[in-house]
Amino acid sequence: MLHIKCPHCGIRSQNEFSYGGDASVKRPELNKETSDQDWDNFVYNRKSLRGKHWELWQHLSGCRQWIKVERDTATHEIFNTLKANEEIS
Amino acid sequence: MDQSFRLENIGLINRDKKLSFKFNGKTYYGYEGDTLASALLANGVHLVGRSFKYHRPRGFFGAGVDEPYAIVQLYRNGETEPNIKATEQELFEGLEAKSVNCWPSVNFDIGAINNLLKIFLPAGFYYKTFMWPKSFWYKVYEPFIRKAAGLGYASIKHDKERYEHKYEYCDLLIVGSGPSGLASAYAAAKNGAKVILAEDKPRFGGTLLTSDVNIGNKSGKDWANGIIAELKEMPNVTVKNRSQIFGYYDHNMLVMSEKVSDHLPKTKRYHPNKKLWYIRAKEVLISSGSIERPIVFGNNDTPGVMLSSAAKEYLKVYGVLVGKNPLVFTNNDSGYETAIEFKKNGINPIVLDSRKNADSEIIDEAKNLGINIKFSYVVVAAQGYKKVKSADISKISEDKKKLGNIENIKCDCICVSGFWTPSIHLASQSGNKTTFNKKIDAFVPGVPKQNETTLGAASGIFSLEKTLKTSFNVGAELSKKITEKENKVSIPNVVEKKYSQHDKFWCVPLPKGKNYKRFLDFQNDVAVSDIEIALREGYRSIEHVKRYTTLGMATDQGKTSNLNGLQLVSEIENKIVPAVGHTTFRPPYSPVSIGAIVGREVGIHSKPTRKSPMHSWHEKNNAVFVDAGVWLRPRYYKRGNENLFEASKREAKNVRTNVGVCDVTTLGKIDVKGTDAAELLNRVYTNAWLKLPVGKARYGVMLREDGIVMDDGTTTRISENHYHMTTTTAQAANVLSHLEYYLQLVWPHLNVNVVSTTEQWAGAAIAGPKSRDLLKKLFPNNDVSNEGLPFMGYIEGDLFGVKARIFRISFSGELAYEVNVGSDYGNFMWEKIIEFGEEFKIQPYGTEALSTLRIEMGHVAGSELDGRTIPYDNGLDGLISKKKDFIGKRSLQRSAFVAEDRQRVVGVVPLDKKTSIPEGSHLVKDAKAPLPNPKLGYISASCWSVEKDNPFSLAILKNGKNMIGEKLFVMSPLKNKVIPVEIVSSHYVDPKGERVRS
Repeated sequence: MLHIKCPHCGIRSQNEFSYGGDASVKRPELNKETSDQDWDNFVYNRKSLRGKHWELWQHLSGCRQWIKVERDTATHEIFNTLKANEEIS
Repeated sequence: MDQSFRLENIGLINRDKKLSFKFNGKTYYGYEGDTLASALLANGVHLVGRSFKYHRPRGFFGAGVDEPYAIVQLYRNGETEPNIKATEQELFEGLEAKSVNCWPSVNFDIGAINNLLKIFLPAGFYYKTFMWPKSFWYKVYEPFIRKAAGLGYASIKHDKERYEHKYEYCDLLIVGSGPSGLASAYAAAKNGAKVILAEDKPRFGGTLLTSDVNIGNKSGKDWANGIIAELKEMPNVTVKNRSQIFGYYDHNMLVMSEKVSDHLPKTKRYHPNKKLWYIRAKEVLISSGSIERPIVFGNNDTPGVMLSSAAKEYLKVYGVLVGKNPLVFTNNDSGYETAIEFKKNGINPIVLDSRKNADSEIIDEAKNLGINIKFSYVVVAAQGYKKVKSADISKISEDKKKLGNIENIKCDCICVSGFWTPSIHLASQSGNKTTFNKKIDAFVPGVPKQNETTLGAASGIFSLEKTLKTSFNVGAELSKKITEKENKVSIPNVVEKKYSQHDKFWCVPLPKGKNYKRFLDFQNDVAVSDIEIALREGYRSIEHVKRYTTLGMATDQGKTSNLNGLQLVSEIENKIVPAVGHTTFRPPYSPVSIGAIVGREVGIHSKPTRKSPMHSWHEKNNAVFVDAGVWLRPRYYKRGNENLFEASKREAKNVRTNVGVCDVTTLGKIDVKGTDAAELLNRVYTNAWLKLPVGKARYGVMLREDGIVMDDGTTTRISENHYHMTTTTAQAANVLSHLEYYLQLVWPHLNVNVVSTTEQWAGAAIAGPKSRDLLKKLFPNNDVSNEGLPFMGYIEGDLFGVKARIFRISFSGELAYEVNVGSDYGNFMWEKIIEFGEEFKIQPYGTEALSTLRIEMGHVAGSELDGRTIPYDNGLDGLISKKKDFIGKRSLQRSAFVAEDRQRVVGVVPLDKKTSIPEGSHLVKDAKAPLPNPKLGYISASCWSVEKDNPFSLAILKNGKNMIGEKLFVMSPLKNKVIPVEIVSSHYVDPKGERVRS
């Protein structure tokens, strides 16, 4: 079971969180023309990386904040966590 | 025969407390502190079971967790548990156990005929033989194999035992209380670290209990007891015996199974049998020791052949002789320790040492004691069927290839020592890449992946002095880093005997003309010949050899067989062991009761149960409940002998003719507040929200980004910047997360707050043509006329002094209202509704009637909004705004979603107006078309229309829009039904929606 550092609450067990997918995906802006390809990339296409990966988790049974977590998908090592409004550098 | 193999002046058992127990129906006696194994051996019982495949007699091989043979079925308090190791099960008064895998009895086992057929049962036998004919597999072969093979049976009764879970955090978790565990725990504890020390056996001390060493001028055992006593007094230390750390998971989380009262005859009601600990440790010290390795020879599975360390443990801990005429067969100095203990207790052992010559302190001691030692000698085969009676022994050449003349010597047990295998399981589970240590011919932990350190024998260090020194230091250093405190402990003097080099030899060759089975894996009956077959048939990867032969795949996970198997493969393949590599170790290290893993989450505790504030009223009025997500909702209210169908029909009918009331507390409710609340709704829902006036409700559909309908419900504008959103019962939690996702990550600039208010409000839906008349009685101070509270209107009402929210919304299609009051007033509201409703013939209605009402009105719900449909499919395309963008809108342009013949909801009526239509059935054009018959759609929901008095269903049908009036067939192969039907509009009753506005 992972140990995730919520930037708001501190280190908590994985069972307080729910997974939210790739954090690098940006939603196309509202009311803007979006090509089929761009929309497909946003909705469906994911890299499914092996290695370091920024992903979203929600601290569901805690502060309910969505957070960004940098995790190695192969080793489960977590390198960094950010608040929702903090940019991935 | 009362404990005739028990010695008087040795052992750690409590002789003041004699215990009786039953094995295979016969009563025996033992002492408190015995295991089932030691008590049986004290009574001279060596035959405990039959082997898995050949049904050969099985005895005891070890004295602890590594035991491959002595697996029994345990009976206690009218319950039974399989897969119990007799070497681990502590004796208690009245214990009852039976042998497994034998019929009719362990002494006369019919399955033993397999032993004579063994030539026909080689590796891969099952794969090769039971292939044909196909139908024979599940009718003949499988039931037979299942009956013949197996290691006990699971109880089919509900487990009455109680199991607990516990979460714990610590600085250092130390696995094992042998010398390295005690030393590191002591040093860390002295530095103030929070320490948990876990020992799987009842007694602390590990090998110190049986080895002849001296620490700080005390015997090893006394030193261990002293340290434990001191640790127990320290507030920062938790010391646990009977506690097996069985799994090492990510981020330094380990799981431990503690036997709390498993060793006691009858557990108290609130006393757990086992406790499962989830431990998150900053540092883990693995001091799990090592397991003695067997030497492979002919018939080495005969009862009476056992590990020499086990024989020593039975002697020193339990005061039990495993034989009175022992033969010790060793390739290293450890065998001598066992021989010396025998000798000291008046027994004359013979030692066969495979080495040509060896010289060490301990060998000198054995010689001085006058023990008969034969160098360059090996056991070729054990003789005897249910118990060792003699051994064929022989000289062996220096290259270990040639045997000399076979001699037969009498003996009643053979104690084997093939050197030591470090227990690397936990390190390996944690992700440590193990390396092969040539000096000890075994794998040892390499570079750790997590914060773990392996100490002592588990790391391949067999010198006590070195073990203690490194363990004290590691414990001190790691704890100092965490606590930033230092409290130096002096390392005690150690007196131990130096060992000489072991012999790299593990498998005795077969003598000419003999075909003895030489077993590697004792639990799964895998012999040397099986490995040879697998290699001959082309299996190369050790993982494949393992699966083909089942080597190491038994419940003991090959604790005694892995390395010998690897040695053999490497010899035949002419590779070195590290090149062959070992198979992956996975949790659990030792079998764990399923009950312990489940813990308290059984029966009604397997998930939370949520009840509405009106629950007790429903109970009192004969409600039959149904699970709706985590909620319990009344399905119908039973009157007299009514069944579900009759009751729901009555309730639905009463809504259509008079008035009914339904508990809708379970609907999800979300408060949406803020200056941008309308903007958020406008982006989340498919329809327009910016112009909704205060005091008005609107129905909305929300999509996922892929265009699929996520949820629907009404949202009401309570005040300028305050909206009350409702969701379906099932999706409430998901919708809240969905809103939080967009507010926190996508549109953080929107000034909106969302919070769940589901539990804050109790809700009642009042529906039926007489609902307004009732409402007037309930709210005499409010204007609830059609003008004062029009369809989709909202007012705040006064329910006899209780503040209420009144929404004029309808799910039933009738004139209807939903009244909400604070949860605490839910029952008050409900009772008032029933009281004042009496004159209008009010009846409560459950979810079944609710379904009927919505289905015949063509209102879509969960069975249509099933995560596979878009708004068009549900006839909700009218709610899609063309002017604005919203979540998922772009996806609706996908070609499949705009196809001319896109699926759409329709109504389905059987032509005979009688036959009810099973939900999930398929719609086809031609019932007699050859298979696979093209499917045009499926029945999503069915009811008995109370309005038209015939069956009616909703279906999602291909090209549904243009199918009205078509005649199709409903097919349900499951129910063996073919029903001719007509496709009609989904709005079967009141298609113009006049009633809700009346």
